[in-house]
Amino acid sequence: MNYAQARWTDDDDRYEPLLSEKSSETVSTEDGPLPDDLTRDSLTLPDVSEPELARHYTRLSQTNYGVESGPFPLGSCTMKYNPSFTEDLAASPDAAVHPDQPTETTQGTLELLYRLQDYLGRIGGMDAVSLQPPAGAAGEFAGILVAKAYHEHNGEDRSEVLIPESAHGTNFASAAMAGYDVVSLAGDDDGRVDLDALEAAVGEETAALMLTNPNTLGLFERDIEAIAAIVHDAGGLLYYDGANLNALLGRARPGDMGFDVMHYNVHKTFATPHGGGGPGAGPIGVTDDLAPFLPAPRVAESRGGYEYVDPDRSIGKVHGFYGNWPVLLKAYAYIARLGDAGLADASAKAVLNANYLAEQIDYEIPFGPFHHEFVASAGEQDAADVAKRMLDYGVHPPTTKWPEIVPEALMTEPTEAESRRTLDQLAAAFDAVAGESDETLASAPESTAARRIDQVRAAREPRLSWQSLDE
Amino acid sequence: MSEDDSRGTPYAPHTAATTAAMLDAVGVDSEAALFDIPESVAFDADFDIPERSERETRSHVEEILGRNDDLTAFLGRGHYDHYVPSVVDDLAGRSEFLTSYTQYQPEIAQGFLQALFEYQSMLVELTGLGVANCSMYDAATALGEAATLSQRLRSVSGDRVLVPDLLRAGKRAVLDNYAGGPGLTVETYPTADGNVDLDALRGALDDDVAMVYAENPTVRGTIEEGLAAVGDAADAHDALFCLGTDPVAMALLEPPASVGADVVVGDASSLGTGTAYGFGLGLFVTREAYLRQVPGRLVGAAEDDSGRRAYTLTLQTREQHIRRERATSNICTNQAWVALRAAMHAAWLGPDGLVDLAESCVTRARDLAARIDEISGVRAPVHDRHHFREFVAHTDQPAEAIRADLAEEGYAVHAVGDHEIQICATETTERAVDGFVDALAEVAR
Repeated sequence: MNYAQARWTDDDDRYEPLLSEKSSETVSTEDGPLPDDLTRDSLTLPDVSEPELARHYTRLSQTNYGVESGPFPLGSCTMKYNPSFTEDLAASPDAAVHPDQPTETTQGTLELLYRLQDYLGRIGGMDAVSLQPPAGAAGEFAGILVAKAYHEHNGEDRSEVLIPESAHGTNFASAAMAGYDVVSLAGDDDGRVDLDALEAAVGEETAALMLTNPNTLGLFERDIEAIAAIVHDAGGLLYYDGANLNALLGRARPGDMGFDVMHYNVHKTFATPHGGGGPGAGPIGVTDDLAPFLPAPRVAESRGGYEYVDPDRSIGKVHGFYGNWPVLLKAYAYIARLGDAGLADASAKAVLNANYLAEQIDYEIPFGPFHHEFVASAGEQDAADVAKRMLDYGVHPPTTKWPEIVPEALMTEPTEAESRRTLDQLAAAFDAVAGESDETLASAPESTAARRIDQVRAAREPRLSWQSLDE
Repeated sequence: MSEDDSRGTPYAPHTAATTAAMLDAVGVDSEAALFDIPESVAFDADFDIPERSERETRSHVEEILGRNDDLTAFLGRGHYDHYVPSVVDDLAGRSEFLTSYTQYQPEIAQGFLQALFEYQSMLVELTGLGVANCSMYDAATALGEAATLSQRLRSVSGDRVLVPDLLRAGKRAVLDNYAGGPGLTVETYPTADGNVDLDALRGALDDDVAMVYAENPTVRGTIEEGLAAVGDAADAHDALFCLGTDPVAMALLEPPASVGADVVVGDASSLGTGTAYGFGLGLFVTREAYLRQVPGRLVGAAEDDSGRRAYTLTLQTREQHIRRERATSNICTNQAWVALRAAMHAAWLGPDGLVDLAESCVTRARDLAARIDEISGVRAPVHDRHHFREFVAHTDQPAEAIRADLAEEGYAVHAVGDHEIQICATETTERAVDGFVDALAEVAR
């Protein structure tokens, strides 16, 4: 594939100018409706017309790459296609309700949320669901707080959360935010949880084990029942990180594997757009034993309608209102569109695509059998440089240098949205880069809107606003 | 559609023939053979979720949403309905923005990075503080992050966080959860006629206080009159002063830096998003001195190999994917697209438009309060203060009855006390306001 991203060059030292460089104006706020001692004196902001604004952001969009631009096999992020019709539904005037509107006048919103709670429960094999956490990490935080409240209710003061070395960074940070000490577990030689290490680590301090399954190498934790037994026998709970649920739809459910609490990443599994970093949503599901501790409120059926109910021993709240409503609405629409057969097929094709792509590329893939993603090794090449060079072939590169168990990792998740032809092009990009010299890689990318960016200097001399550019 | 007719997900391009060829290339004879799942935990039942065509799905969802009543809402208390220009939907909806993700490869993501850099810069301008991150989830989680920030600063000791007694309950509940991990306790200080009771706050302050939180405007819409003294009082005990506000209010009110705010939090979705059931955009701005302890993502200016200015995520060693349990926050996915929308809306308004909008929030609230004060059985505003967007009115009738009766008439207000309703006036049309005043006069007698 040949590729050249749009590149707007304003002069020798910049690309598309900042809004503030296009036009800026200072207005006085004096003589307004408030006494001067309560107001600022003036305000300086960009001042552009709507046509200029439209051109500015259109140009910026042309220097940005999304799922609709080309393949986006960013491992662990599930960059699948985002169906257009869900955007229309989220923009519906009927969806634009205020969170403080009385529930008797928002029965539509409550019904949709209730149905989503129900669907997510069925998909995860969980008894009760809260939709409130606004992202996956917020779901982890909420889920661990639920586990903590459960233990405390049982008179137990447990201090540790166990997390495999190769887990998502959010797991460690979420457990720490909830006040836990984190115990990191080394994996076994096959890339899975080491049962002996787990046995040695669990004990009366163990509040929970957080686990991703399939794990970050794409491997299913085959010993999941033994793992669950070890954790449960020690009085701990099993937490499921839903980041990789797109591998399992209709094939296996966390609830059936012995997990007590899980989060869903609806922006991954259920196709809501990632929005350049967010918004997502991170609902959590739990077993009946943990349901009384869920965030408040949850939607329940009442006589002939729906109402909000605070769980008896709720942890309280993790979002000021009810979470990321438009995202939840899109996720519901996606699930309702696909149904059983579509959801199962999504996972089947995601796993097929990962396996097919892996067959086509030259880089070594040390661990398997993998599911929706695999982690290749760039070997003697620098994985970060490989990624930069892949940009020149018009594909978004994999997640790089993580998990660290694979040297120079290229964590690759093509998702179900790619055709065989696109996967062949992606493989060709991998293989072309695999055969290129370090010099070529180091000077990449050439075809993107900006050339290689000096991130080290950016961090050493932080300039975080246009005000700081003149300093 | 029956399951027998199912062709699987419509969002995978595979035909039966390509699927077969791909399976063949992998060397297995079925999709099932690709799954390495022990029989004992395999799922072989159905979710019992029907498959629908796109048209059927749209009808289904629209039918559900149609059960929401179409009320004219005079609601605020942290979630505001400002008019969002069409151009924001149009531009933010471009798939290059909407379907992209975190800018791990900045060279191919310059557009979003620049837009976030511009967003950060606008917040620097509005607050007068040096560092804005590119979003938290909402005002409540941003407040929680501010509290945990106070715990990480060497210049701050103590483990009490003081918040006004009128803090919105949902915000307080979130703060309690963020505060719990590092062992902070949250306590309230009293307000007087809606605003900070400075003497009472001074009485509650000691060296064990890590952070003092105040809002401007307050949750009841009053505008604070002595915030610099709040900042001084916090300073005297080496406590952080965290100010809650929003970008529209900041366009007119005293800049947070000039009243001594160390951290500014709030919900910036008041620009760019409109009413969306509490869907938010947590703004988080603080002093440059605290840069290394800031939660969330930061976009910085950089140079590329051609010597031109470019943008990149920076100072990522603060973040969870590198620092893990020692990260400044667990946040990964944030509200970047909502920030993009807010920046677009602010740029569309320009300084004149933003100041005009802010001034109209003062005059509309003032004028509506004056009209309502004429109604028999209603006194408004309850607080003898200037107001922004919203105000509280006293009703002789029980507030809950007024609220319910108004809902019958097609209008929504908050019931915030036994005899207190809260009314928010943003860009509501004249006609809606007239109708509302008439309806209130009818039900308040």
